Amino acid sequence: MSQGDEPSFETGVVKKFLYLNRKAPYGTVYALEVLEMVLISAAFEQDVHLAFVDDGVYQIRKGQDTKSVEMKSFLPTYRALEGYDIEKLYVEKESMEERGLTSGDFVVPVEVIDRAAMGSLIDSMDVVLGG
Amino acid sequence: MLHTVNKSPFERNALDACLTHAKKGSAVLLFEDGVYAATKGTAPGNTVAGVAKDLKIFVLGPDLKARGYDESQVVAGVTVVDYGGFVDLVVEHGPVTAWL
Repeated sequence: MSQGDEPSFETGVVKKFLYLNRKAPYGTVYALEVLEMVLISAAFEQDVHLAFVDDGVYQIRKGQDTKSVEMKSFLPTYRALEGYDIEKLYVEKESMEERGLTSGDFVVPVEVIDRAAMGSLIDSMDVVLGG
Repeated sequence: MLHTVNKSPFERNALDACLTHAKKGSAVLLFEDGVYAATKGTAPGNTVAGVAKDLKIFVLGPDLKARGYDESQVVAGVTVVDYGGFVDLVVEHGPVTAWL
């Protein structure tokens, strides 16, 4: 291979990835692990979508202050996703309302969609990774 | 007896299992993801407020704060405690039943 001929990710296949977050933050390691995967797939310039369903909606709730439990807060990472061109974030309406939350309770801009629309979103993806 | 619940009431039945077994006058501490059961505007929160006359219900403040809740968002009848308060509950109400 001659110089300047190194393989480029830009010519690779771009797939629609959905990260399906269904767990509350901090109580388990799922939320943190999914965020790691999200950043990796962004580095590979994939078409990344994030969905927040069931207790997953708690992950992006405003006001998290983790100093007293000595854990890393997720909120700065979520706020940074925009900088990686990850802007397709979806919250399931039923999950949000069941937990007494509204669209104003989240730290990042999200699209609130109902359960049927969430089903369609999942159905339209090439790769779905749960957490 | 001190009962502890550390799982989200939306994901597991640990809270219901605890509340249906705990005897009148017992203490119940909600911590980690269990704190969501003490939040206003939710069905589990209403359940917890409803049993608070028969059980002494506590919630761990640092776990509430980590999840973005303050005391004003906790249902009536539930007392917020810190880590020292957790220890006091064990001393005062022990032994402990952990509903995992």
